[in-house]
Amino acid sequence: MATTITMPQLGETVTEGTVAQWLKNVGDTVEKYEAFVEVSTDKVNAEVPAPVSGTIVQIIAKEGETVPTGAPIAVIEEVGGAPAPSPSEQVAAGHAAPAPAPAAAPVQPAASHAGGNGKVANAPEVLRRVSPAVRRLAREHGVDLAAIRGSGTGGRITANDVLAAASEGPAAAVAATLTAAPAEPARSAPRPAAPAAVPGETLPLTQARKIIAQRMLESKQTAPHAWTMVEVDVTTLWAWRAREKDRFARDYGVPLTLLPFFIRAVVESLKAFPLMNARFTGEGILVHKQAHVGIAVALNGNLIVPVVRDADTLSIAGIAVAAGRIIERARAGKLGADDLTGGTFTVNNTGANGSIMSAPIINGGQAGIVTMEAVVKRPVVVKGDAIAIRSMMNVCLSLDHRVVDGAVASGFLVDLRKRLEAMDGSGTL
Amino acid sequence: MAKAVEAAGAAKKPALDRRGLSDDQLRALLRNMLLQRQLDNRGFQLNRQGKIPFALGSEGHEAAQAGAAMAFERGKDVLVPYYRDLGLVLGIGYTPLEMLNSMFARATDRSGGRQFPNHYTNRDMGLLTISSIIAGHCPHAVGVAYAFTYRGETGRAVLCTTGDGATSEGEWHESVNFAAVHNLPIVFLVENNGFAISTPQSMQMRVKHVADRAPGYGIPGVVCNGLDPIETYATVKAALDRARTGGGPTLVEAMVYRYLSHSTDDDDRTYRDRTLVEEARRYDPVPTFERLLLDEGVIDEAAVAQLKADVLRDTNEATDTAELAPFPAAEDLYKNVYEGTHEPWL
Amino acid sequence: MAVSAPTKTMNNVEAVRETLHDALVRDERTLIMGEDVGARGNVFLITKGFLEEFGPKRIIDTPLAEASIVGVAVGMAMEGLRPIAEIQFADFIYPAFNQIVGEAAKTRYRSNGDYTCPLVIRTPYGGGVRGALSHSVSIEALFYHVPGLKILAPSTPADIKGLLTAAIEDPDPVLFLEHKKTYRSVKGEVPEGYYTIPIGKADVKKQGSQLTVVSYGYNLHQALDAATRLEDEGLSVEVIDLRSIRPMDRTTILESLRKTRKLLIIHEDNKFGGIGAEISAMVVEEAFFDLDAPIRRLCGPDVPAMGYAQPLEEEFMISTDAMAQAMRDLVAF
Repeated sequence: MATTITMPQLGETVTEGTVAQWLKNVGDTVEKYEAFVEVSTDKVNAEVPAPVSGTIVQIIAKEGETVPTGAPIAVIEEVGGAPAPSPSEQVAAGHAAPAPAPAAAPVQPAASHAGGNGKVANAPEVLRRVSPAVRRLAREHGVDLAAIRGSGTGGRITANDVLAAASEGPAAAVAATLTAAPAEPARSAPRPAAPAAVPGETLPLTQARKIIAQRMLESKQTAPHAWTMVEVDVTTLWAWRAREKDRFARDYGVPLTLLPFFIRAVVESLKAFPLMNARFTGEGILVHKQAHVGIAVALNGNLIVPVVRDADTLSIAGIAVAAGRIIERARAGKLGADDLTGGTFTVNNTGANGSIMSAPIINGGQAGIVTMEAVVKRPVVVKGDAIAIRSMMNVCLSLDHRVVDGAVASGFLVDLRKRLEAMDGSGTL
Repeated sequence: MAKAVEAAGAAKKPALDRRGLSDDQLRALLRNMLLQRQLDNRGFQLNRQGKIPFALGSEGHEAAQAGAAMAFERGKDVLVPYYRDLGLVLGIGYTPLEMLNSMFARATDRSGGRQFPNHYTNRDMGLLTISSIIAGHCPHAVGVAYAFTYRGETGRAVLCTTGDGATSEGEWHESVNFAAVHNLPIVFLVENNGFAISTPQSMQMRVKHVADRAPGYGIPGVVCNGLDPIETYATVKAALDRARTGGGPTLVEAMVYRYLSHSTDDDDRTYRDRTLVEEARRYDPVPTFERLLLDEGVIDEAAVAQLKADVLRDTNEATDTAELAPFPAAEDLYKNVYEGTHEPWL
Repeated sequence: MAVSAPTKTMNNVEAVRETLHDALVRDERTLIMGEDVGARGNVFLITKGFLEEFGPKRIIDTPLAEASIVGVAVGMAMEGLRPIAEIQFADFIYPAFNQIVGEAAKTRYRSNGDYTCPLVIRTPYGGGVRGALSHSVSIEALFYHVPGLKILAPSTPADIKGLLTAAIEDPDPVLFLEHKKTYRSVKGEVPEGYYTIPIGKADVKKQGSQLTVVSYGYNLHQALDAATRLEDEGLSVEVIDLRSIRPMDRTTILESLRKTRKLLIIHEDNKFGGIGAEISAMVVEEAFFDLDAPIRRLCGPDVPAMGYAQPLEEEFMISTDAMAQAMRDLVAF
């Protein structure tokens, strides 16, 4: 049977979406949950997974077309089903919002001409290769190809995309998010690193850098930042982790760092202090139901924050796997909109860089951001006024003072510390 | 045995019928034949010395070619020969040095060392450039003849020569046909030596003589003894005169013999009986004509010796000069593709 | 050509006719020879009335023998006349191949300039007129490979007049190809009076910024139609009329490509080894870093000829729709 796919709602206040890029064409098969189209809103681009398995028999919304949420965008014929009804019948099922006229005829494989007119190759690998002109222009203009969203067939970066990126300001960069590259399925080549800083020279701004700059400024200008910290004794936690890490890596294929333990503790503390999992709006403080925890990751001189969704429903192991996988995807440039959006709270492992104290900038719209600083062996006073060498990790918190005050913030941090210090291996991963 | 030698053998010792030629002209015929043979030999000598890669001889054709050349009017007629016509081109003014330049493929060669030897060109002499494509030149000869009538030029004719093999080519037929339809001032002279490389005449055509085809085109055809320079002269002259005066084309067939292989790239022992060839040497036109002139008192032994010495001297001088001349420069390859650049992309 | 020169409207067949007529009037060395060019006035009536006007010496009804039509003309040219030989249909040119390639093309070269061959061979080519297997072929790929020849294929009346005049005056052999489907279907303004167009110069018939289309012959007009249609869809396609197949205009093609970065070559002739292959090779050699898409060739199928039945002819001929789609695809790439 034929299933009509409609424009998903990509955010709570979103009412429409634009088809950014078809990842499949008419005639292609698709598996349930396989990403088959990329849609974008003013906030985000998201890969939409197919709700059913089958064959794409009709593409209704063309690339570049904006349609209301719920409007039909394609038809998938489930395996063994009858042909789909015509688009007019479906559209008539009535979404009132007018759709803008399509810019061009649907981009499909060239009309078959027996005269061997070499069809434009559709294979994703071919289309995603960079043409000589693009390579040259990117080099000449200092443009980071990884940060460009391609407007060509199949998401190809065109020469005009490069030229546009070279000349456009940050405002137009909304469509080109930091990790918006239409990545190859299995990319082996690393992304080009941010340009090296040379004393005396002016570094051209990459797209990514422009966006980071804009967001950081926005955050600081919107949310009045306050800051607090606690010291956490992670000695037992560290030992637990040490005991488990080899087996874990073997079993799950991802490393076991302190991060998943930390996130597990964070989400429990967020439950206890829900105001930390909230957002300031003009209408009031929106307290989130779910905990989607973002993990700040440095990638080639850029900062991205992939999100572990519903982290509060995951065990330590679950968080480790989810976080491991998402970071892998981030490094491979394969993040989708779900991966980057919807975060309600953020964790930053600044300790990995060696710092013992940081004052992070809040990730836009959240109530707070917490850091794990470096684990340092220090002499501390323990029970009975004895001095012991313990593994100590500072945990810092920047908070949106419109949402929370010191009492809540400190309460959250202290709660977090208690949980971390209680992680001794008696629980399960 | 070839028809020519049959005919020669059957004839009694010929009385001299000079057909209007003076003693000087008769001696000039002999000189031409001796020079042709000398230059021919020089080609083979140089080839055997390893100095030139290719040589092509014309022994047996000397009488026909000397005679035909004598009928040619320099400055008026145009000759469109084939590659075995060394004597013919010598007879209209081609020099031994030009021949040696082309054998050695020097820059001083008129074609700049581009052509095979025996692919003559000399516009000043009325000698049309030819290629190696058999009978490819015949339509050109017809075109030249057409130009004469087009411009209303009387008194001019084209002499177009081929061997017997060429008369099988479509382009030969089309040429004779076109010339006949338009009554053009042209003589098609076929030097029939009985072989096209290895193909004997019997496998080339069903008719006994090429000239038997002439009525098929509506033009006169005549056979003559190509081993006799005077007879050939008279026959060709009559045909050329007819052409020059608006009488249209004639097909003249001169019966000759090819004593050698086709060229240095051929070995006729694979297809001819050597003894027959040697027997036919009895009728070799060069010593035969020399004998005739001596017997008739047109020339004496001392003068013959002098002629031969002159011819050898001219050949040697030409050889020495040509051998010292420079090869064409590599960049000369690109010249004269068009008037202007050779580049296909502008 | 002066912008304000008076012009006359005519179709391609009339342009050929008028140009030939003017050449015969202007230069008494010029003559025309071929099958049925005299009494019949050519099977397309191009030389109608010429026999009466110029006489049988200058308008020659030749025997049915293509090799000598060209071969005799070669001899005339070598002797200083300016013959214009006609092969009645390009499909019949093969017997003359020897004289064209083996003789005419090499005359200047083999004689090192001692002799030249200022010859024009005119012939109608191309399909779409229900001409079937032997009245429809394209032959340019067979000959453009040959150094010593020049090949022209203009398809507008003004181009025909300028280039045919140039061909007749050219000191070297020129093969002048006339697409028979454009004979009566293509009309245009032709400046009056004498003018020539340089051989080897292409013409940008329509300017655009997103795609370069190179074509010639009947296809050119279809390409222009398609490109104009696409303007309504907001696409900007540049269409170059090659006009000259050998020599070919590298400068115009590359200049356009630097702007658009995408190239579509359209020709009716078979794809394999067609002239699109040479253009593609040249472009990759010279403008690799300007290319933002693979070069695309939209060409005739690799079968010997188009059949008599309408579906077979239509399948062979490239439709304007197919051209438009190819343009769209490449612009979007």
